[in-house]
Amino acid sequence: MLLALCSILIILGMVFLLGGSVGILRLPDFYTRMHPAGKLDSMGSLLVNLGVAIYVALDFNLANLLTSIKVLLIAVFIYLSSPTATHCIVDAAIRAGLEPWKKG
Amino acid sequence: MALSEELRGPETVEALDKSQPKDPEERSILASRIILFVVLFLLWMVFSGKFDPFHLSLGVISSTIVSVFAGPLIPELRGKGLMRSWGRFLSYLPWLLWQIWLANLHMLRLSFSPRVLDLIDPEIITFNPGLKKDLSKLTLANSITLTPGTITISISTYGTFRVHRIDKVSAEGITSGTMIEKVKKAFGES
Repeated sequence: MLLALCSILIILGMVFLLGGSVGILRLPDFYTRMHPAGKLDSMGSLLVNLGVAIYVALDFNLANLLTSIKVLLIAVFIYLSSPTATHCIVDAAIRAGLEPWKKG
Repeated sequence: MALSEELRGPETVEALDKSQPKDPEERSILASRIILFVVLFLLWMVFSGKFDPFHLSLGVISSTIVSVFAGPLIPELRGKGLMRSWGRFLSYLPWLLWQIWLANLHMLRLSFSPRVLDLIDPEIITFNPGLKKDLSKLTLANSITLTPGTITISISTYGTFRVHRIDKVSAEGITSGTMIEKVKKAFGES
């Protein structure tokens, strides 16, 4: 039962990662590409890490519990650093004078 | 402790000299140090995974050094009602995670839709939420960037945000003011 849950989480995370890559290829310019690059990837890695953490903790002992906490902490640190990095790159592009793509 | 007093700004040291040792300011500084120590030590135990006296004592020593030296670097971590404000902030997080999930689903649909160029309508929007504290501006900026479809470009000195949005639906949480209200409530500015 829990094994099915981790499989679903990992597959769902991979769908998000795939969506991020497809979005980077299909969107028209730098700024719009930053949206899937920065966000869908962090959601995908959060789901994959959650699945892996549950999978490791299935065989329950102290060492495995510590490992799954570490795996979850990876997701926490991605969620702390990813918005900052995305903001920095976009801010640098605006300062450098790159015009955003507009419809029409 | 002499070193940590040197590291504090001159005005803080002066305030400390004037006051009695048991006033709320100094108690809250001590409380924030203790919280920082506990968090650091828990992290140490998780990352080392060894619970023999040698490794634990190394952890105690390094956590003490870091919490004594790093305390004055984060002025937002002290002040009155520290625990209550952390509680309010933690109650903001589940809502934020739910918004991130919803926006991710929208972004995923957008990314796989066959007519992606017709659906997106990128624009830079400017607004002033009227936040006072730096920490609440930082939280709002990071929340906006974390929610897919919107990226904070910059915050001016007067608190004006510039945000790049990919389509109208993604920016609804900002333009309707829901997220701003939540952040104001989380930091006690409403």
